[in-house]
Formats: sequence, structure tokens, C-alpha cells
Amino acid sequence: MKILVAVKRAIDYNVKARPKADGSAVDLANVKMSMNPFDEIAVEEAIRIQEAGNASETIAVSIGPKQCQETLRTAMAMGVDRGILVETDEEIQPLAAAKVLKAVIEKEQPELVLLGKQAIDDDSNQTGQMLAALLGWPQGTFACGVALADGGLEVRREIDGGIQTVKLKLPAVVTSDLRLNEPRYVKLPNIMKAKKKPLDTLTVDELGVDVTPRLTLLKAAEPPARQGGIKVPDVATLVDKLRNEAKVI
Amino acid sequence: MTALVVAEHDNAALNPATLNAIAAAQAIGGDVDVLVAGSGSQPVADAAAQVAGVRKVLHADAAHYGHALAENLAPLVVSLAEPYEHILAAATTTGKNVMPRVAALLDCAQISDIIGVESSDTFIRPIYAGNVIATVKSADAKKVITVRTTAFDPVAASGGSGAVEAAASADDAGLSEFVGEELTKSDRPELTAADIIVSGGRGVGSSENFAVIEALADKLGAAVGASRAAVDAGYVPNDYQVGQTGKVVAPNLYVAVGISGAIQHLAGMKDSKVIVAINKDEEAPIFGVADYGLVGDLFKEVPAMVEALDK
Ligand SMILES: Cc1cc2nc3c(=O)[nH]c(=O)nc-3n(C[C@H](O)[C@H](O)[C@H](O)COP(=O)(O)OP(=O)(O)OC[C@H]3O[C@@H](n4cnc5c(N)ncnc54)[C@H](O)[C@@H]3O)c2cc1C
Ligand SMILES: Nc1ncnc2c1ncn2[C@@H]1O[C@H](COP(=O)(O)O)[C@@H](O)[C@H]1O
Repeated sequence: MKILVAVKRAIDYNVKARPKADGSAVDLANVKMSMNPFDEIAVEEAIRIQEAGNASETIAVSIGPKQCQETLRTAMAMGVDRGILVETDEEIQPLAAAKVLKAVIEKEQPELVLLGKQAIDDDSNQTGQMLAALLGWPQGTFACGVALADGGLEVRREIDGGIQTVKLKLPAVVTSDLRLNEPRYVKLPNIMKAKKKPLDTLTVDELGVDVTPRLTLLKAAEPPARQGGIKVPDVATLVDKLRNEAKVI
Repeated sequence: MTALVVAEHDNAALNPATLNAIAAAQAIGGDVDVLVAGSGSQPVADAAAQVAGVRKVLHADAAHYGHALAENLAPLVVSLAEPYEHILAAATTTGKNVMPRVAALLDCAQISDIIGVESSDTFIRPIYAGNVIATVKSADAKKVITVRTTAFDPVAASGGSGAVEAAASADDAGLSEFVGEELTKSDRPELTAADIIVSGGRGVGSSENFAVIEALADKLGAAVGASRAAVDAGYVPNDYQVGQTGKVVAPNLYVAVGISGAIQHLAGMKDSKVIVAINKDEEAPIFGVADYGLVGDLFKEVPAMVEALDK
């Protein structure tokens, strides 16, 4: 089985994003960028399936500017066999990302495609589901467990009420939730090795995909600030404030 | 202009989140129809018809709609989509699973997790863990939308008199199968609907220690929530997680206990009306959003609070 993993270069999760002063966009100047954390989990899962002897090859794909090479090198340092960069300076929204990934999948013919459940920049939580729809494949979203089971895939999913288990036919799309695994740390020798792994570059035009954005950002604003609060000296004061000032209990 | 709201339910009762999604549909304007797809789901269709302002209910009942599998539900929604300009669902795990599949089949963008409606094609949604509020305009003929339930007051569950119409079922796609469910059982209020929430974090230290949090929750008639760290450590089940990538809540009172206040946690609770933080570290970022902060050891302060509430 061949596995393909989608990895997005996104704002580092420790950075607090801010809108630009003129409200035209998010200010990403000099902001630290990393692999979207959910995608690290997806990469880890692909590698574990391969280490268990159930995958012949693992491939990471990223769509975006040249700097996404770094994201792909990280995936390869974790253990993925090779990388594909679909290089573009256009803004890539989820539907466009799904269409590009579909085109790559048609070339590569993987049986399992792993993505993160959500990119922590746009917080869309769409691309995997859209990709599955375009391919006509089943989807196991918000996965906290993935197991190959008699020719199909059993996926445990984190849902609002607890955990749901579904069985999917292969090929399938799976999106990772936080509890799927704990991604490994990249070791220095593996970073060196990753530099020698193949990294191919494609363009959106070569793939013949229309990536025109469907949504236009009219305004990027700060969220309403909360009124500054107070520190209370003890529990008695706290309970009194909640009862008589805030009147919430 | 007409909107279709995809109802969420368990074949017996309508999930209240649907009432928030209907409210968002009404904020856009125009008529609102509701789709109830399920198995043995007549009571839900009847309940949906009673919801204030619902014009009609489309009811598709078949075994393969029993568990809202996206592979089956999405093509059904698409087959019914023609007359509708807006298709909405609550941004629950069900809505988030199904609606992007609908959008892609219609070749539309999805507008995720809206918190406001500017006009019929322009919506407001948080991005970057709620640190940026985006106003986005859709160029698509149809707008597929998920609704952040805390941002729209629910419409009344009764007072309506919509007609129930049978909708033709699509075939079972045969791609996926429901195997089972492990649902968290609790007598406490549901997290996203609770008036008061007491959440515990890594500071609580163990699943046994969570009894301290639960005692306060029970005293207040509150739901229990948690940070990601507490869930990852196995203190509580995954569905307790509040945050950017867990549940978004906005109760009247949110009590954060032993939670530091990472951006990702704040994203899920900072719209609460009143926030209380109990933390032994006076520098903890959670105090930056708390109306009332108490610096102290939770194992002393929380039981003391339970006692003080008796007085
Ligand atoms: C992709 C991604 C998604 C995420 N999504 C979420 C999410 O949805 N929700 C979420 O919550 N997090 C999320 N996180 C994790 C987030 O970044 C933080 O790691 C997490 O919120 C920390 O949880 P915590 O506050 O319980 O733990 P810590 O940060 O370890 O804080 C524990 C706090 O407890 C206090 N404490 C310890 N002992 C005591 C005591 N005896 N009495 C009083 N106080 C005490 C400490 O002072 C400290 O402030 C996400 C992270 C990533 C990367
Ligand atoms: N530009 C991209 N390049 C690679 N993968 C992407 C890209 N955009 C989205 N994805 C994948 O889709 C997932 C969900 O993203 P989103 O739908 O934007 O929240 C991410 O976790 C990635 O796995």
C-alpha cells in the first residue's frame, strides 16, 4: 500500500496572529512558520503504518510557496520516503487544495491519504472531506485510531459525544485528530538523510487545476478585547462577587 | 432566497445545535427549510416541523441514513440542493464531517464556523484560533455554511407549523459502515449547552483528582470541561476538550481550574460571559482574560469554594 500525506506550512502554534493595522490581511511578516501540527500527526501515522510493514511507500505533498520545501524536508526527516511540492504563490483555499491533491493522487495512485483535520491558520477543517468527495472515496475524519481490518480500514473518530468507529473501504481519506499518536522528534542524522531524499516540484498549471479563490477576505479585525478583570484575595470574596456583582450563581 | 438547514439528531430527538443553525439561516433572510435524514426518524421530522419559522421539513428515512455517514448524507443533500441558495448546518463534529463533502460535490467553497452574517454573501468567522476575525465574501452561487452555535441564539423549538414532506432517498454509497459508538454518559448538562462550566487542566494532576472539579460542578449544576493537556493525559474523555480544536463554549460562567490559558484553549472559551480562573501561578495567561482571578492551590481553593457555596 502506498500512502500519501498532505502537509501544510502554517503559522507556528506558539505564535499569536494579528491582523495588519489597515485590516486588509493577517500580518505574517517575520512570523515563525512550521508544519501544521495536525499534519505532523498525519505524517507520524503514515510512518508507523510503514514501520509495521503495511505500507510500501510514503509520500508527503505540500502546496504553496518555495518555503514549503522545508515542511517537506521535515516530513522526510521524520521518515517519509519522498516529497512533492506543488509550487504556487497563489492563495490556496481548501477546495483548491483538494483539487490539487486529487490531481497528484491520480498520478501517484495511493491507497490511503492522510491529512490533518484542521489547518491552524484558516481553521477551515474542510480539505480532507472535500478531497474524499472529489475522489468518491470514503472519509475517516477526526481519527484517533486507524487499523487495517480485512481489506478495509477501521477508524476510531473523536465526535462530540465520545468516540465513533466506522469501517471504510479502501482507498480512503483519513484526517488526524490530536490523540491519533504523538509525533516523534526529528533527530539530527535524519535531517541530514532527508536532504538526500527525492523532492519533486510540480506546478498548478502542469496539473491543470483552477485554484481561483472562492472567498475574498474583505476585512481582518482584532477580536473584541475583554474588559480587564480583578484578582480576588480569597474564596469568600470570589463567591460574593459571583453572587452579588456578576449575578451568575 | 431559501435556505436549507441540515438537522442533527439521534433519530429520536433534534439536537438543539440545529436551532442555532436555523437562527443563522434566519439571519441571512428568506425562507428556511430543514432536512431530516435518518432511520426511524419520524419523531425528529415532527419536532423539526414545530420549530418556529420553519417553512417545511424534508424527510428522508432509510437505514443508511441512521448514523449520518458523510458518504451517504452528502449526496442526499446535493440531490435536494437545487432550490436553495444557502445550505447550513451546525459546526458540530457531524456538521464538520458532512458539509465540506456537500460543498465539494457542488463545487463550492464552504464558509466554516460563521459567527455573524453581514449579507447574503458575506459572513464573519474567526481564524487563527480566534485571534483574527475575518469578514469573507463568497463568489459561489450556493453558500455552504457551518454555524458556530454559541454565536446565534437558538430559535424557539415550538410555535412553528411546517409541513413534513417525504424526500426521495439516494442509494447507499456502500463506501462506509457504522461499527459502533462509545458515548460519554453523564447526568451533568451538555458542555455546549451548559449555563455554567467548570474546566480542569493539567494542574488537576490525575483522573482521580478530577473529583475535585466534579464536586464544584455538581454544586453549581455545571458541566465539566477540560484542556487538551488534561484529555491527552487521560484524566477525562476527549469530548470534554474545550478549545480551538475541541468544543467552543460561551456559558454565563466559565471556571478554569489549573489551566494556564494557552491560545488554543482561550479560543474555545473567551466569549464566556464571566470567566473565573483559579491557578497557583499568578503569571498564568488565563488571568489575562479572567474577570475574577484567584491565585492559589486548587486542592485547597476548590473545596473551599464548594463549602462557601453552601453558606
Ligand atoms: C494543534 C493544537 C491544537 C490544540 N488544541 C487545543 C484545544 O482545543 N484546547 C486546549 O485546551 N488546548 C489545545 N492545545 C494545547 C495548548 O497549546 C496547551 O498545551 C494546553 O491548553 C495546556 O493545557 P493546560 O493549561 O491544562 O496545561 P498547562 O499549560 O501545563 O497548565 C497547567 C496549569 O495548572 C497550574 N497548576 C498546576 N498545579 C496547580 C495547583 N495545584 N493549583 C492551581 N493551579 C495549578 C499551573 O500553574 C499551570 O498554569 C492545542 C495545541 C496544539 C498544538
Ligand atoms: N496548502 C496545503 N498544502 C498541503 N496540505 C494542505 C494544504 N491546505 C490544506 N492541507 C491539508 O488539509 C488539512 C486541513 O486543512 P483545512 O481544511 O484548511 O483546515 C491540513 O491539515 C493539511 O493536511
